[in-house]
Amino acid sequence: MVNLQNNNKMLEIVLLGLNHTTAPVELRECLAFSNQEAIESLGLLGKDPAVNELLIFSTCNRVEILMTSTDITAAIQAAKTHISKFKNIELREYEQALYVLQGEDAIKHVFRVASSLDSMIIGEPQILGQIKEAYRIATENKTSGVILNRLLHRTFFVAKKVRTETGIGGSAVSISYAAVELGKKIFGSLEGKKVLLIGAGEMAELAVEHIIQNRASEIYVANRTFRRAVELSDRFQGKALRFEEIPDSLKLVDIIISSTGSPDFIISREMVKESMKLRKNRPIFFIDIAVPRDIDPAINRISNAYVYDIDDLKSVIDENLEERKKEAVKGERIVDEAVIKFMEWYKNLEVVPTIVSMKNKLDVIVSAEIEKTQSALKHLPESDLKVITRMTDSIIKRFMHDPTLFLKGNGCHGDKAIYLDATRKLFKLDE
Amino acid sequence: MESINLIVILFYLTSTAFYAAYFIKQKDFLHHIGYYLLFTGFFIHIFGIGTQYTRTGIFPAGNLKENLSIAGGAVAGVFLLLKYKFNLKILGTYTAPLSAIVMIISFFLPGYPSEPNIVFKNFWLITHVSIIFIGEASFALACGAGMLYLAQEHAIKTKNHGYFYKRLPSLDLIDSTGYACIVVGFTLLTIGLIIGSIYAKSVWGRFWSWDPKEVWSMISWLLYAALLHQRLTMGWRGRRAAIMSIVGFAALMFTFFGVNFLLTGHHGEFTK
Repeated sequence: MVNLQNNNKMLEIVLLGLNHTTAPVELRECLAFSNQEAIESLGLLGKDPAVNELLIFSTCNRVEILMTSTDITAAIQAAKTHISKFKNIELREYEQALYVLQGEDAIKHVFRVASSLDSMIIGEPQILGQIKEAYRIATENKTSGVILNRLLHRTFFVAKKVRTETGIGGSAVSISYAAVELGKKIFGSLEGKKVLLIGAGEMAELAVEHIIQNRASEIYVANRTFRRAVELSDRFQGKALRFEEIPDSLKLVDIIISSTGSPDFIISREMVKESMKLRKNRPIFFIDIAVPRDIDPAINRISNAYVYDIDDLKSVIDENLEERKKEAVKGERIVDEAVIKFMEWYKNLEVVPTIVSMKNKLDVIVSAEIEKTQSALKHLPESDLKVITRMTDSIIKRFMHDPTLFLKGNGCHGDKAIYLDATRKLFKLDE
Repeated sequence: MESINLIVILFYLTSTAFYAAYFIKQKDFLHHIGYYLLFTGFFIHIFGIGTQYTRTGIFPAGNLKENLSIAGGAVAGVFLLLKYKFNLKILGTYTAPLSAIVMIISFFLPGYPSEPNIVFKNFWLITHVSIIFIGEASFALACGAGMLYLAQEHAIKTKNHGYFYKRLPSLDLIDSTGYACIVVGFTLLTIGLIIGSIYAKSVWGRFWSWDPKEVWSMISWLLYAALLHQRLTMGWRGRRAAIMSIVGFAALMFTFFGVNFLLTGHHGEFTK
């Protein structure tokens, strides 16, 4: 891992990867790394002499390999060879989909990915956790060093800032979340609300699950085939209803989610009008996921009854997505700022700037002290003062001699960035 | 007194500005500041009315100017209490400007030098006036909640989730806050009317004298009684309750202003 020959060269950050915009899902499936595979790869690719630090990050939408190296061409080549060998896939099959980013671009990319600005659904919250996990694996396998440590910690900070300071993760962008959000605008809280699920279906069941997570009290399930109703109600720990019992149950339940294959309306306006009297006008919320629709849209005109069908929910989601895109612009600004700050630190990791700022610091301290002394020794003639200054200058020179030789020369074995970073911290040069 | 009122107006106006900013920006610290400004303004207001009362020995409810000032304070005060129980922060964007406007109108009205009117030293009369004002302030807030409800209900029904939908709280919260305001307002109005009639008996020898203000108060009282009755028995909630609380408040406003300007009666002389 250690490259002694290039010891004087600067460590550079390089990232190669592919994501949902550059690669089709079949290819992403082929190249995805499970956690176990990532650990193995860290061991294998990490051994390559060109690769200094390494982090592998893989989700269903992307594979990213983040490295630092003193010889990036070799590192990129090593990573490609590793992928081809490890995944048993020819380079030409995926080379088109690959992007290779260096330095500032790579840093910006990592920040954007973690802040969910680069996600398929902008603002989705899982990505940050996934990156944290990838970083944890890298630190456990000791493939992350000074630069990646710093970069990843900045990344988590930026991602959190983007999330809290913009509305990027604000409003619901899935049908089930949109339904829950609407329910909250009607009922305040879904706690203790009774839910009726008519029919079955992935989307409807997901919505029920989200409502249960919001502490709904009882779940009723009705289905044309009673067996199916019983099965589903077991899953939600609810009660099964016969299809004929639906009109009667309307006086009880607060939220109705319907998703059947019925060609006609299952719940008519008259049914609801009747039940509104019995339920003393307590609000009732219909979520109609079925196509063709199960719930008569005229019900929406009844006081305290609200009907949303699948198209209504979709247009809510579209609006929310638009909103997120607008908020993403603010997120990009936060990322850009963070990149600039990180680059400052990163550039200073070079030898010369570190030595210069160390010398500057000494100069400042010494001249301040001389000034103090001078005011106490007013009787000293100008010539004597010059002697004192000459003396302090040579103290500084002699003091700087060894660290300069060490940092510039071959004195520091291994990762020079570690020593530079330590020097900067030891003398507080970054403030 | 004028200078104190000016300070109070300043507090109510800055509170209005912070609540408006809260409405637009939706940042929590803004409504906190708005609340404390309103709170401070209210206490200065009460202090002003208190000192005037102790100095002159006359409760300052003798003309429209003074009445409006009390009304503005009452609205602010009821909201300050209400916010403890119901967290309907957004109602501040209605309350703060309402108090501010009422106070500004009061400020620019000419204050007749209150003739030392013996009746405003009577304990029953002062109680009658204060309780009715607090009741009416509750109704004013119920009216505000009603308007918020209609706006939010419209957004949800028409599926047009625009500017207001995001900023307004849930229908349930608005509805229950409005209901609480009506219950409090109705209770106080009832007590206030009873005390008033007891006082009338002691002064004019009869409980009820068909004075226009009395009649219109009764009409408003009946409207609210009907609303509460329907809610308890038929479950009149939501939209209908919201409309009724706006209509009820309109009747109350007529009782307050209309009767004074259009009709005459023994309440008239206090409120011109």
